[in-house]
Amino acid sequence: MRNVKRKLIPVLLAIIASFLAVAVVNAQGSQPYTPTDDDVNRVAKQLYCPVCPNTPLDVCETKACQDWRAQIRDELSQGWTDQQILDYFVSQYGERVLAEPQRQGFTSLVWFLPLTVALIGLGVVYEILKSWRKQKTTTLSAPLSPEISKEMLEKIEREIREMD
Amino acid sequence: MIVDIGLIALTIAFAFSLYATFTSVYGGWRGRPAWVESARNASLLVFLLLTVSVITVVYSLYTFDFSLAYVYDVSSRSMSPFLRVTALWGGQQGSVLFWAWLMAAFVGAVLVRKWERDRELMPYVIFVSMLTTTFFVGVVLFITNPFTRLWHVSGADELIQAIFQPANSMLYLAEDGNGLNPLLRHFGMIGHPPTTYLGFTGFVIPFAFAIAALITGKSRGDEWIRTTRRWTLVAWIFLSIGLILGGRWAYDVLGWGGFWGWDPIENAMLMPWLTGTAFLHSVMMTEKRGMMKKWNMVLIILTYSLSLFGTFITRTGVISSVHAFSKSALGPAFFAFIGFTFIGSVSLLYLRWDTLKSEHSLESFISRESAYVLQNMLFLAITFAVFWGTVFPLISELVTGTKITVGPPYFKSATGPLFLILVFLMGIAPLLAWRKQAVRALGKAIWIPFVFSLGIAAIAGYLHRMHPASIFGLWLVAFVLSSILAEFWKGIQARHATRGENPLTALMHLISRNHRRYGGYIIHLGVILIALGVIGDAYYKQETQGTVLAGESLSIGGYRLQFEGLRGYNGSDGREIVEAVTTLYQGNQLIRQIIPRRDYFTVQQQNATVPGVYSTPGMDFYVLLIGWDQGKSASFKIYINSLINWIWIGGLVMIFGTIIAAWSNPGQREATYVLKPEAVTPHLLPQES
Repeated sequence: MRNVKRKLIPVLLAIIASFLAVAVVNAQGSQPYTPTDDDVNRVAKQLYCPVCPNTPLDVCETKACQDWRAQIRDELSQGWTDQQILDYFVSQYGERVLAEPQRQGFTSLVWFLPLTVALIGLGVVYEILKSWRKQKTTTLSAPLSPEISKEMLEKIEREIREMD
Repeated sequence: MIVDIGLIALTIAFAFSLYATFTSVYGGWRGRPAWVESARNASLLVFLLLTVSVITVVYSLYTFDFSLAYVYDVSSRSMSPFLRVTALWGGQQGSVLFWAWLMAAFVGAVLVRKWERDRELMPYVIFVSMLTTTFFVGVVLFITNPFTRLWHVSGADELIQAIFQPANSMLYLAEDGNGLNPLLRHFGMIGHPPTTYLGFTGFVIPFAFAIAALITGKSRGDEWIRTTRRWTLVAWIFLSIGLILGGRWAYDVLGWGGFWGWDPIENAMLMPWLTGTAFLHSVMMTEKRGMMKKWNMVLIILTYSLSLFGTFITRTGVISSVHAFSKSALGPAFFAFIGFTFIGSVSLLYLRWDTLKSEHSLESFISRESAYVLQNMLFLAITFAVFWGTVFPLISELVTGTKITVGPPYFKSATGPLFLILVFLMGIAPLLAWRKQAVRALGKAIWIPFVFSLGIAAIAGYLHRMHPASIFGLWLVAFVLSSILAEFWKGIQARHATRGENPLTALMHLISRNHRRYGGYIIHLGVILIALGVIGDAYYKQETQGTVLAGESLSIGGYRLQFEGLRGYNGSDGREIVEAVTTLYQGNQLIRQIIPRRDYFTVQQQNATVPGVYSTPGMDFYVLLIGWDQGKSASFKIYINSLINWIWIGGLVMIFGTIIAAWSNPGQREATYVLKPEAVTPHLLPQES
């Protein structure tokens, strides 16, 4: 009995939500929702069709891509969210349709590794500079003071003038 | 007949480049100058022979010799003479020959100009560069030969391609050829391959000298760096121009409103540019401070290997892409050669690692040296991120069997922050002193640019509240720009004070006194302008799409585009053109007519969408005609590409800066690195003062 109740609540909630959704759509106007080209492109931008390599769906002009865009338009007018549409295309055609690789499973490596390398790189820079500084302290002669460098500058200027 | 001359020249060129490769290394090893001399002459001859080959191909393209498969593929009677000549690099066979020829030209030039200098390195310079040339000439001769003819074998349905006449066959002579891919008929795509190849092949010179220095054990001295400095700059600027022309081509021709799509081919070009830029900087550390000798080697090996990798990806289509219009047996050969080059040079470096000791001395973490090391590491980290994203689809397919796409969102978020730090360094590093920078003095040097840039950021923030990240970007650009300009200003003031020169004369003298430093600053200015364009593209781009009837309009960003009507006509070179006449208004004010069009190439059955653009310093109003319903309505895609023109302007500034930086200071060869304040090494100071 309790189990039935547990299942019943989400179902009821879903039904209520769907009524609300219809009410919202109706409130926007008496006509059904017609997605604009910009709405379609917003979703298409995040997709790549498997036929045309390296061309995002929103700019691809092949027949296949036009059909896909028409499908997105249909799904949007049926009230699907952007994420639902993306999920639908992934389930139909696989992960490769997503422009932005997922952040889970093996694919997360694509995100993870460059970050790791950059951090290791920073560590290496630090270590290198530290070791250079150490060597320095053992062999250091007189430090470079600003007065000397000013004199030097004048000397250099003089020498350049002499060369003219 | 003419074709036979080209083929024979190519064959002899292959023999001579093999000869030069082996005699040079033997002569160097055994200390026989006559052998090396002979290798040098053979190398020069290779260049002449390849020139004959190239002229033959160009002549065949020009005279419509459609018996050649290559000419049949890329030339046609409707193409202008200019396009027919540039078709030399419009397809695989021609472009690999062109590549080999450019490389031979570089090798020839270095052998003529630097022969008297660096005699000890020369045998191995010839060896390394001619080995690569041999490989490319071999590929042209045996795998992708432009002198292949079309034959018709009796009874067979399809034509076959062969150099020599197969049994029972007749020469097939077509009336007309297919012609160059329509998308490639654009100044950007005509200039892009030669400049890119000049960049790729140009890096052979510093690479060959570096390897020669490693082989001879002369790598401890950095003479090779001085010898190759200008060659490196030339290679680098050509690669930069190639990247910019490629971007411009994509922007004008591909019809998607952008200039950079993080396509594998683009990435393959970007990677050697990144490591090459790092190399340009690290050699300065060696010249000025005798540091980073190991880095130089690592970076030039990487740069050269990545140049070969770029050629490999472009020419074999191993990672399929819109650009990779070729697939052939080239793959394995290239793969083996790149592997050989990379593993060979890395092993050599490993063997000589200990000879590359640098004199390190550093007083503070805040110093010019630290900035250089950090900058090098950032370039490498960006290169890795780009490399990883480019090859990851292959890795994913190999490991898990799942095909995935790594699109622009990855590259933007993986490289964006690193690029920002680089830009920041660019503003601050030139102000840092060698060895140690007092924080207070640094603060004194940057407070004016800093306050100024905060002001700019505040204004930008007020105007564009919706893009917080862009405000940071604009602040950074303003800061770096003003700190570079402040450097010029300080120099001008100093000369004004000491010599009473007027500002313009002072500026001219300042630049002419130190080409390298001020040329470098100008290059940095160009980079900053490009960064401004990239920020505009990333944050302020707007787009819309819609279908309208004649008389109706589409609105975006305060502009209104009214569609007036369609018209069609036939172009001279076999294209059918449909144009949309539209009028652009800002508010109610008429700005101008914009005519986007679509060309249909009947022979190739291919469309080209040519944008109509209204261009201002602030933005491009970029209109694409993407479809129409005969006589009634038309569909448009409109982009407002903010600040995009600064990318092209920045490119020009970079070229200008590079010319200045590469120009030799007349009569001051010695002076440039003895008298420069930064070059004064600490142990010299007490003696002189």
